[in-house]
Amino acid sequence: MTARLEEHFQARETFVQPTAAALVRCEGLEKWYGSVHALAEVDFHAEPGEIVGLVGDNGAGKSTLIKVLSGAHPADGGRIFFEGREVRLDSPKAAMALGIETIYQYTAMVPAMSIARNMFIGREPLTRFTIGGIGLMDRRTMVEHATRSLTNIDLTERSPDTTVEELSGGQRQAVAIARAMYFKSKLLILDEPTNHLSVKETNKVLDYVASLKEQGIGSIFISHNLHHIFPISDRIVAMARGRKIADIRKSDTTIDDLTDLIV
Amino acid sequence: MQPIVKTLLSRPEISALVMLVVVVVGFTLMAPQFASYGNTRVLLFSLPELGIVVLGVGILMIAGEFDLSVGSVFALVPMLMVIAMGRWGVPPIVAMLMGFALALAVGYINGWITLTFNIPSFVTTLGMLFMARSLATVLSGGFPPPFPANLSTELFVADLGLFRSSMIWFAGFALILGIVLHFSNLGNWIFATGGQRQAAADMGIDTRKVKLFCFMLCSFLAGFAGMITTLRLRSALPALGEGLELQAIAAAVIGGTALTGGIGSLIGFLVGTTLIRVIDNGLVMARIDANWFRFAIGALTIVAVILNTWVRARARRMK
Repeated sequence: MTARLEEHFQARETFVQPTAAALVRCEGLEKWYGSVHALAEVDFHAEPGEIVGLVGDNGAGKSTLIKVLSGAHPADGGRIFFEGREVRLDSPKAAMALGIETIYQYTAMVPAMSIARNMFIGREPLTRFTIGGIGLMDRRTMVEHATRSLTNIDLTERSPDTTVEELSGGQRQAVAIARAMYFKSKLLILDEPTNHLSVKETNKVLDYVASLKEQGIGSIFISHNLHHIFPISDRIVAMARGRKIADIRKSDTTIDDLTDLIV
Repeated sequence: MQPIVKTLLSRPEISALVMLVVVVVGFTLMAPQFASYGNTRVLLFSLPELGIVVLGVGILMIAGEFDLSVGSVFALVPMLMVIAMGRWGVPPIVAMLMGFALALAVGYINGWITLTFNIPSFVTTLGMLFMARSLATVLSGGFPPPFPANLSTELFVADLGLFRSSMIWFAGFALILGIVLHFSNLGNWIFATGGQRQAAADMGIDTRKVKLFCFMLCSFLAGFAGMITTLRLRSALPALGEGLELQAIAAAVIGGTALTGGIGSLIGFLVGTTLIRVIDNGLVMARIDANWFRFAIGALTIVAVILNTWVRARARRMK
C-alpha cells in the first residue's frame, strides 16, 4: 500500500517554488493529532492574485493545512510568512487581522441571525458609546454595507434583515464571500465551498472566485472534485497522508494526470 | 403589507403577546375585579421578583445553556446575607457584596464545569440545584437566622403606590440588558454563540468567555431577586424559590426563547413573565381552584412552543 503510494509522489525538485513576493509561505509545517501525523514537513505558498487548488483524498491533510492557515488549529512546528514577515497564527482573530479569511463548507453563518448581523459577527462597527471593547453597534453602517455587499453579489432582492436560514446554500456562500471581500481579505481560503450546491450555484461560486483574482486576492480552493478546481486554478497542490505529493502549474499538467495522481 | 406581516411573524415574542392579550381579556370578562387598581397593584408587586430571574435565565438560554440552579441560588444568596448581618454582625453593604460574590461564584462554577468537561449545563446546574439548596439549609442550621430588626429595606421594596421600588430595579435591569442583548456587540456574540457555536468561534468570538459571562449574569440576577424577596418577607427561608427555576424557564420559553439557543428577545422575557403572573393572579380572581395554576403554566408552555414553531415556519415561507 505504502509502496504503491510512494510511486505517485512527485520528486520534490519538481515542486513549484515561491517567488520573493509570495503572499503566504509556509516551511516545514508539522501537526500532530494525538498519534496521527496530520502534517509532515509541508511547504506551501500562494502568490498574490493566484488561485491554488488544494486536492487530496479524505484524511490527506488538506483540512489540517487550512486549519493551520486560518488560525483555528495552530501548527506544532514550522514557520509561516505572510507578505514576507514571519507570523504566528494562533487564533482565527490573528489570521483575520492579517487579511486571511476562510470560507467553510458550512459557511460559518448563524442561520437565525440576519445577513447584516452575520456579516459583522465578531467585528461589529461600534458607535461612540463604547466601554472596554463592548458598546452599541452602529446599525446604520452595518445595514448600509450589507446592502452594498448584497448588490455586489447580485442578491438585490434580499433585504439585509433577512435571516440567513432563508437563503439557499449558494446564496449563503455568496454572502460569506461578500463578507470576506468587505473585510479586504488578501488571502481567501475556500474549504469545499461547492459542497451540497446545485450545478448552477456551483458555477456562480466559481465565477466569484475567478473574479477575485482580478482584484489581486490570492485564493486557496479546497475540493475533492477536480472538475470544480481545475478550470479556475493556476496551480494545483496535491496532498496524501499529511505530505505534499505534487505542486504543479496547471499549464504543465492535465486533469487526467492529476486524477491518476490522487486516486 | 406583506413585509410588515412577515416582520411581525418572525418576532419570537409574537405568539406570547397574542396569548397575553387573550388571557387578560378573558380574566377581565370572568372577574370584573381583575382589572381594578387594587389587583393591578398586587400583580405589579410580585412581577419583578420572577422577572429579574427570567432575564438571566433567558439570556443564558439564548447563549445556548440552561440554569436549573436559580431557585436554589435565590435562597442561598440572601441566606448568606442575612446570616452575615444577623449572626456575624457584618455591615449590610458588606453582607450584600458577600452575597453577590457568592452568586457570581456559583455562576462561574456552573459555567466552568459545563465548558471544561463539555457536559450538558442541564446536568451541571441540576447538580448545583441540589448543592446550593443543601448549602442554604446547612447555613441556616435549621432555624431562620435573625433578621436585623432596624434594617431599612426601602431601597428595594418600598411601597410606591402602584408598585414597589423593586419594580424600578427590574425596569433598570431590563432596560440595560435589553440594550446589551439587542443593540451591543456583546449581544451579537451571545446570539451567535447560541445560534451556531462553531460559526461564532470561526469568526473569532471567544464563545467560552461569552457563555461564562451569561452563566455568571444569570446566577447574579437570581441572587439579586432572592434578596428582594427576602427583604420583602424580612426573613431568610431555606426553602425560598423552590420550583422557581422551572417557572423561569417556562416564562422564557413562553416568551419565544428557543431551547436550542440563538433565538429570544427581551420583550419575550417580559411578556412570558407577565403571562405567568397574570395567570397565577387571574385564577384566584376568577375563583378558580388555585391548584390549576401549574396545569395552566404547563399547557401554556406546550402551546407556546407549538405556536412559535408554526409561526416561524410560516414567516420563513413568506418572501
